[in-house]
Amino acid sequence: MAVGEVMRMEIPAGGDMSVTSPELHVLAVDDSIVDRKVIERLLRISACKVTTVESGARALQYLGLDGDKGASGLKVNLIVTDYSMPGLTGYDLLKKIKESSVFREIPVVIMSSENILPRIEQCLREGAEDFLLKPVKLADVKRIKELIMRNEAEDCKTLSHSNKRKLSEYIDDASSPSSSSTHGDSSAKDFPSSKRMKSEDEKFSSLL
Amino acid sequence: MNTVVAKLQRQFQDYLVSLYQQGFLDNQFTELRKLQDEGTPDFVAEVVSLFFDDCSKLINSMSRSLERPENVDFKQVDSGVHQLKGSSSSVGARRVKNVCISFKECCDVQNREGCLRCLQQVDYEYKMLKTKLQDLFNLEKQIVQAGGAIPQVNIN
Repeated sequence: MAVGEVMRMEIPAGGDMSVTSPELHVLAVDDSIVDRKVIERLLRISACKVTTVESGARALQYLGLDGDKGASGLKVNLIVTDYSMPGLTGYDLLKKIKESSVFREIPVVIMSSENILPRIEQCLREGAEDFLLKPVKLADVKRIKELIMRNEAEDCKTLSHSNKRKLSEYIDDASSPSSSSTHGDSSAKDFPSSKRMKSEDEKFSSLL
Repeated sequence: MNTVVAKLQRQFQDYLVSLYQQGFLDNQFTELRKLQDEGTPDFVAEVVSLFFDDCSKLINSMSRSLERPENVDFKQVDSGVHQLKGSSSSVGARRVKNVCISFKECCDVQNREGCLRCLQQVDYEYKMLKTKLQDLFNLEKQIVQAGGAIPQVNIN
């Protein structure tokens, strides 16, 4: 897996990651026009680029995952999707994204108006980054953005501290799942359950 | 000292507070107002406008589904109520949302009469809210036209 593919960050000449603040491009998926308008504003106010679509099918189309060649321009750094939608649910969309070798590293956040624990667990197990209870507030979006930016910064720090030899080692590690990885954060990516467990705890404590 | 502006601002504040106190609006409306600024002065008005259009559309389709007693599509009604509950929750339309809760219960037990009553109530509530918010937005316009700023109102 090439980590750089997911997040194109502008790395300044000095290589100092703390200075750069790239804009996340978020794909927001919701069948409700009211909710699309609200989430779009929430994200824009949080300095994100936003594309909204009205269904899981359109989301896959936008990503170019539906078999047709119609892939969009901008890389997507985060997908925020409603759970209950006609046709493809948010969960179905999540699964399709995590099944894709190209897109599975894109964090996916699920939104739902219903606080159903088994549903939340199911989504987190499937690899969702987080779960938001509707109605979504500014504080929720801020939290998600910080979480995503933190993860991306950790990924890039891992990359920038590697020399060529380490990089090729990393690529070898990623392709053989049984090997023990010495790269802290990359192992979290290979074994998503460890990361999910943490988010589960965080999520539960904020819900209960 | 512009007393016209101050008077309008006071009116606006009192009116908004009364809408919360009478249960028309809840905290989510406050959250929406946070998202509005000088660059996007019509944001809240635009969102609620979409909401009211949604209400009208959903109420019409649910009405059709409930029309013939011998052939009610409760699944369709339930889906409509779910959508209405969701969007009313997203804009802070508290009374509309509360009717949806009762509405869903009637759907669950396939109570057509109950559903029709709830439908009527939800129609009444959204139209009432529409009128109230129109008055609120008019006050906002007057304040801006008089050269004033829209007050940040603290509800609690």
